[in-house]
Order: sequence, then structure tokens, then C-alpha cells
Amino acid sequence: MTTKLFGQKVQRTEDQRFLRGQGRYVDDIAVGVGTLHAAVLRSPHAHARITDIDVGAVLDLDGVHLVWTHDDLTGPMADPLPLLIPHPALTHGRTQFALAKDEVNHVGEAIAFVVADDRYLAEDAVGRIRVTYDLLPAVVGIDAARAADRLVHDDVPGNVGARLEQENGDARAAIAASPHTLSLDLTVERSASMPLEGRGTVARWDPDVGRMTVWTSTQTSTGVRAAVAARLELDLGQVDVVTPDVGGGFGVKINHPWPEELLVPLAARQLGRTVKFTEDRREHFISSAHERGQVHHVEVGYDDDGRVLGLDVEFWHDHGAYTPYGLIVPIITSTQLLGPYKPGAYRVVFESLYTNTVMVTPYRGAGRPQGCYVMERTMDAIAAALGKDRAEVRAANFIQPDEFPFDQGLVFQDGRELEYDSGDYPASLAKLKELVGWDDFPAFREEMARQGRRVGIGLACYVEGTGVGPYEGAHVHVETSGKVKVATGLTTQGQGHATVFAQLVADVLGCRFEDVEVVTGDTRRMPYAVGTFASRAAVMSGSAIHLAATRAREKALRIAAEALEASVDDLEIVDGVVSVRGTEASIDLGTVAVLSNPLRYAFDEASKAATQFSVGDPGKPPVAEDDEPGLEGRDFYSPERSTFASGMHAVIVETDPETAEISILKYAVVHDCGRLINPMIVEGQIHGGVAQGIAGALYERMAYDDSGQLLNASFMDFLMPYVTEIPARIDIDHLETPSPLNPLGIKGAGEAGVIPSAAVFASAVSDAEQPYHPGLAITAMPISPSELFDLRRRHPATPVAQRSRDHEERP
Amino acid sequence: MSEQLHDLRLTVNGVAHALRVPARRLLSDALRHDLGLTGTHVGCEHGVCGACTVLLDGLPTRSCLMFAVSAVDVDITTVEGLTEADGTLGAVQQAFLECHGLQCGFCTPGFLTTVTAGLRQHPTPTEDDARDMVAGNLCRCTGYTNIVRSVLRAAELAGGEA
Repeated sequence: MTTKLFGQKVQRTEDQRFLRGQGRYVDDIAVGVGTLHAAVLRSPHAHARITDIDVGAVLDLDGVHLVWTHDDLTGPMADPLPLLIPHPALTHGRTQFALAKDEVNHVGEAIAFVVADDRYLAEDAVGRIRVTYDLLPAVVGIDAARAADRLVHDDVPGNVGARLEQENGDARAAIAASPHTLSLDLTVERSASMPLEGRGTVARWDPDVGRMTVWTSTQTSTGVRAAVAARLELDLGQVDVVTPDVGGGFGVKINHPWPEELLVPLAARQLGRTVKFTEDRREHFISSAHERGQVHHVEVGYDDDGRVLGLDVEFWHDHGAYTPYGLIVPIITSTQLLGPYKPGAYRVVFESLYTNTVMVTPYRGAGRPQGCYVMERTMDAIAAALGKDRAEVRAANFIQPDEFPFDQGLVFQDGRELEYDSGDYPASLAKLKELVGWDDFPAFREEMARQGRRVGIGLACYVEGTGVGPYEGAHVHVETSGKVKVATGLTTQGQGHATVFAQLVADVLGCRFEDVEVVTGDTRRMPYAVGTFASRAAVMSGSAIHLAATRAREKALRIAAEALEASVDDLEIVDGVVSVRGTEASIDLGTVAVLSNPLRYAFDEASKAATQFSVGDPGKPPVAEDDEPGLEGRDFYSPERSTFASGMHAVIVETDPETAEISILKYAVVHDCGRLINPMIVEGQIHGGVAQGIAGALYERMAYDDSGQLLNASFMDFLMPYVTEIPARIDIDHLETPSPLNPLGIKGAGEAGVIPSAAVFASAVSDAEQPYHPGLAITAMPISPSELFDLRRRHPATPVAQRSRDHEERP
Repeated sequence: MSEQLHDLRLTVNGVAHALRVPARRLLSDALRHDLGLTGTHVGCEHGVCGACTVLLDGLPTRSCLMFAVSAVDVDITTVEGLTEADGTLGAVQQAFLECHGLQCGFCTPGFLTTVTAGLRQHPTPTEDDARDMVAGNLCRCTGYTNIVRSVLRAAELAGGEA
């Protein structure tokens, strides 16, 4: 392939629209055309039986068109929402109803649905609905779920939705036989994706043609389409789902269908009007999805070099009130926990537990931040116990570059073997140590101590399964104007797909980059697709687009060769012109597109120009049996298994001796996502991921009280970082180990930045504190200044540490 | 639930619009849903994220914290008003393009209006000034690094034009 644009920092084409205020997000659709607006009555209680709903005060209100409770739903709409990804271990899967039937299981669960002339009136109406509840005790947090003296669902014993165990070797025997052993308990709290644009859905029913069009802010248009068709009892061919610009997803928009994604189309069909639902911020907190909440127990056995001989991890995953997305998050934690290491033997078992809180679906990183945190804290603990350098202990456990493909002997989230395709972890570590100044740090620490400043350094390594299957497809169409229209079915939520995919097409097809237009997430243009999650877009759709563009190129060359009376081997395509190398003979791609369609109407200049070429054997049909009219290419990419990107982060922090405030002095990233299509966009993904990781490590948590009320359900109380919390510089270095699994050698880059953050900060803050407070270990994330302050009080300075402090205070 | 409606004239991007809205209609909703200027985005509806920031007589203001009826007699500038009359991007827009200062684009209009006002006050910002300038706006995608670069680049571009 040519590499003209591949690897270049090409500026994003989609930005023109966004910068001019011409983006089209869901709430921008159908503005000012008599659209009706929906609002949802949500439960104020975490756990209650509904004994009565009185909508009498609402029905006759001016401007209110429709009020529904569960009793108004019929057929499949009255059933529980689908359990999207069943798993044999999920023995007690439960999903919510589109509108609660008899019982609510978390604050925010949808109870009634109102459609009115505008959102203000719809909210007025919601406020007049009277619900009578019989309150039940709430189960909040993993401890309460495990205690199981109260149940979330009466028919789920012990609040256990699933239990899954995997083992490679005999881990417990290996630990028992090890020269050294350690136990650790490690906790991560809940956070959430929190895109700036919440969820939203618009639907329009066209009775003249019997078609439903749904615009929704989703990460999977095809999934929503199938769900709408099934629940509204329409044929799939009657439903189009269009995903316009999406204001961030980060995982939360992969779940589907949300109740509103079914209720809005149903209302649109019943009312014969366009209906819109736009989530507000509080609704997003209490009725979308969270992630991260897990408690882990580790037993590890290791030798004198720090090599892990046996690793046994048991953890408990808080999946909230329902399990629509199955066990993806804990399965990823349990498998990706191993990172770049190869323990002698590994056993992992988790229980996925019900609580009366918002349900859990994947959030950027999807279970990997927890797994990385557990493994890296274990590596730090081994290093501390042996008195060894933390980087050295990690290096002793790395899979070596000549060991790929490397089979970890487990089953991954996609049901395939957990087999790493490629990587070079020692090279990454060498780059990271150089980038952060690992070997110079002791001198820096001493210098800082002389100034009365406390600093610490941490590092963390991860491997990320990216580009998960099963498939994506692409369609490439060269218009008679020479413009190239590309469609792929997965969605876009800010990753610059329109640009990187156009780079791939321009390279393969030889057309001008400016002539390529990419459409994503529109089932009318590409009805077969999976979705945008798990850093899969570039790998999956990128590969499919490469293959489809290759097909279009082959066809273009075949037709052009005939028109130019030349051999295909002598042709080249540059800037949209096919020419015979070394001659003046050439033909525009647009003209080739005209020739590809033997339609005998000269409807434009391009078709007139095409008449000078004579193509085809007059003795044969105009379209051969094995051909199709049109200059198009369509193909699908379906990999055997996931690609495995990897990386390592290091951070230098300073902790204030008095206030325990934690500040970042240096942040370094080494990243390997295979070949980079557009380094500018990859770095942007890393910047964003690191910021989200810092958020998760130091700030963001879901503060539930014991009754299941989310106390910080606003941007005033849930601490998302502003620029003031993010370091001015993030140093990034790339390593490129191409994946052998796809034609481009790429791996995904979307989530990497966020994965090691909890681990790297736990390591660095512990490192800063331990000289002063021996025994102080960070075992629960996020870590706030007040929590660090409390840890200091529980680990008072020993005489040794006091001496060190005295030393620090000497001039 | 019939509400009293108010006749207003809002001057947005130099154009006067007549509209009839209830007293509780938020300025952000009036701009988006009544006038169709959907470039102004609503991210939180409680004044924290800054996505809905517009300029009122040149000063950055959260349009989700203000009623439309109180925005009469001021010049309102939305993101749509930042593009030059000849259709080219303004300096701030151009800088965000060059520096990859946006990803999903949802918070971008609020950053563009905020930075436009900020650069009028501080035409030659230091990096710290640039960070202060955008410290009231949330972005979930970019990690801010490229937004700060965009502010500095915008100052360069604006200076170059002067």
C-alpha cells in the first residue's frame, strides 16, 4: 500500500462543522418543526414496591399529549428489557422494565413517561403524578451486598448474579510452594463515563411509507435498530437508526436499548408526531450507568527475584440493580489483570453482586483500570518486601518479545483465547525509565527533601485487548463527480473517524483526501455493524475500509485498463486520476465511475466525457454475470481474536506535608498501539485518557448514602477535572509493534490513557509517604487529600522516619 | 397550565429576532429551540460545565443560568457569530482546528466564546493566563493540553492579523 497519508498528523475534517456551531447532536435534530418533548418520572427511592400510580392530575393538562406507566405497555414493550450479552456464569441475570412494574431498585429508575408540547410542560406534568410506595431496605455497596441480610431481588439468593472462576495451572499449590507470599486487599470506587452530552433520542414515524427513523446518541446504531424493531414489532427493514454527532460516549452509550430509546419511537408512532427526549445532567447521574466499583483480595507467591510463581485473585463486582450488559466488566478485570506478565500459575474468581444503585456498564477502560491496579499494587508490594527496585521486579515478570503470540491460557471477554498478538515490554520499560528519569529520581527526591518537599514516583504497566470482534464492514462508493463516499456502521463520538478513515481511503484509492466523505453510524448506509467500544474502531472499521477501498481500486483499475487499452499493472492512481505510467493517457476516477455503470443517459458532464471511451465486449451483456454496475467496494473484516495494545505510565507526585494535597510534577506515557494512522489523534486520545485517569485516581467517586441516595449527582459535587487539575505537560513516547492480525498492523488507542492511572498514582503517593510514614500503603482509590491525611494519622512516623524528617529539616 | 407569554426582541450575532416565550424560558433554550441556533450546547443546566457560554455585550455568560426575558437590550454572540463575514474561521476557531483542541466538539462552542472574550482582556497571554482563561469550562475528551495550546495559538493568530 502507499503510505502517503498513513502516519501523518492530518488535521481533522469534521472540525469545520464543530467550530462553526454546525455540529448536529441529537438535541439539534428536528428543532422548530412541531416536535414534542418527553420527560420521565423517576423513582426517588432506592428500593420500594409501587402500590399505586395516580396520573389523574396530568391527563387533561393543556399541552400534554401522552402519559404512560407500565400498565399502558403491551406486547414485547411490557417485558423486561433485553439481557444483551448472556453468559453461562450469569445464573441470575435481571433487567429493568421500560417503565417500572411493581418495584423500583434504584433511585432514578423510570416509572412514568410523559410527552408534551415542550420539556417544561412535560416536567410540570411529571411533577403532578402521584406514586405510592411501600419502602424496602436498600442494599448499598459491596459489603452490604455480600452480607446479604437484605436482598435486591427477592429471587436472587445472596445478591449474587454470577460467579466465574478461571485457572491456568494450580495457583494455590504454586503459592504454597513459593519462598515468599503476600496478601493484599484492594478497593476501587464507582465512577462514571460522564460525557458532556447526555443521552438523547428523537423518533419520527412516517405512515406513508411505514418507516420509523430514530436518531439517538448511541455507540451502536445497529443494536438500537434491532431493539426498536423487536420491541415495536416492526420488521428490521422498517427501522432506520441514525447516529449524528455524539458529544462523548466513553462507554455509557454502548448500553441499549435505554427505556427512552423504545418509548420515544413508540410515542412517535402513536402520536404521529416527532418526539424527542434529551436527558438532563441529574438524570444522567441517576439513570444511566456507572462503573469501577470492585473489592479485590490477592494471594501471591514469588521467588527471590520477585518472579510471581502463583497468583490467586478473588474479587467482588458491584453491578448495581440490573445486568443488561452481562459480565463484560468483571471478565475483563479477571483476564486483563495479568498485563504484560506471565505468572507461573493464575487463578481468578469473581462474584458479580446486586445492589440498589445505578447499573454498571463499561466505562472507558472497562474493568482494566481495576485489574491493572490490582496487579501493579501486587508488583509494588513484592518489590517493597524484597527491597528491590519496582521496575526491576516488573521486568522479571515480563513476557519476552520472542514469546509472541503468547497464550495466557484464559478465555477473554469475546469467548476467544486470551492470546497476545505482539509487543515488546522490555523496550517500553526502557523508554519509560528514560522519559520520566527513573534512575535520576533518588537524587531528585533528596534534593526535594532538603527543601522540605515530599515527592514520590510510581509506574504502572498494562496490556489492553483492543479491536475485539466479531466484525465491521465498509462501503466505498466513487461518485461520477470523483467524490468518494465511505460508510461504516460503527459510530463516532469524537475520535476523528471521518479523518483517519479518509486517510486510509485516499491512500488506497489514490483519490484526493478532500474528496472523501465518511459516514458512520447510519443504518441506511451500512446496516451491518457492531459498535464503537473497546478501542475497536480503527482496527475493525479501519481494516474493513481498507479492504473495501482495495476492492474499489481493483475495479477502477480493471475498467480504466479497458478504457485506456492498457494493462492494469501499468496503471497508477494519483489525485483521483488513473494514468498509464510514463504516458499522457489518463482518465478521471469519476469518469471510471460513469463507465462502471452502463446506463445510456448523458445526464452530466462526466457522462458526456465517458462517451469517448468504449468499454465492454459488444458480444456480451453490459453487466457481466460476476460484476455489478457502479464503482463501489464493500467488504467486512472479522479477526480471529483481539489485538493487544500495551503501555506504561509513570508519574512523579508531590504530597504536601501539612495539607496532604497531591500534585503532579511529571507525567510520562509510553504507548504501543501498533502502527499509528494519525499520531495527532492518537496523542489526543492519550491526553484525554490520562485526564480521565487522573480524575478516577484523585477525584471522581459516586457518593451514595446508606439509603441509596446519590449525594453528588451534579457537576458541582462530582469532581470532574478542569484544566486546573491536569498537568501542563504529558510526555509521550510511542513504540510500534505492528499487529499481525490486520492488514494495517494497527491496534486500538482509545482507552489506553485511563487504564494505569489508579495504579500509577497509588504507587507514587505511597512512595512519597513511606519514608515519613512507614507501613502506609494506598489500597483504596481514588485517594483524596483528607483520606491521605487520615492514613498518615493511622501510620504515625516511627523514630526511623522521624530521623529522616529531622534530616529533611536540616538546612 | 396556560402560561403568560412575553414578546421579546433578542439581538443575536447582529441580527434582531422577535419571539414570544414564557418568563421561565432559559436563554439557552430560546437560542437553541426558538431561534434554531443549536451551536450553543447545554451540558449540565446548572452553570458548571460552561458548554452553553455565550457573550453578552462581549462578556462570557452561562446561557443556561439566565432567562431569555432578561437578555433583551444586550448584544448576544453565540458560536455561530465567531465565523468571519466571508465564511473563514475566526482566529480562535482556526487555532482550535490547528491544535486539535477538540474531540467530540460538544463543549467546544463554550470554549470558543470564552477564549474570544478572554483574549480581548489578555491579548498576549502567558501559558498560565491561557490556563486561567479556560479554567471554568469542562471538557471530557481532550485532557485540556491541546486547548491550552489553542489559546496560545489563537493569540498568535489574532496578533498576526492586527
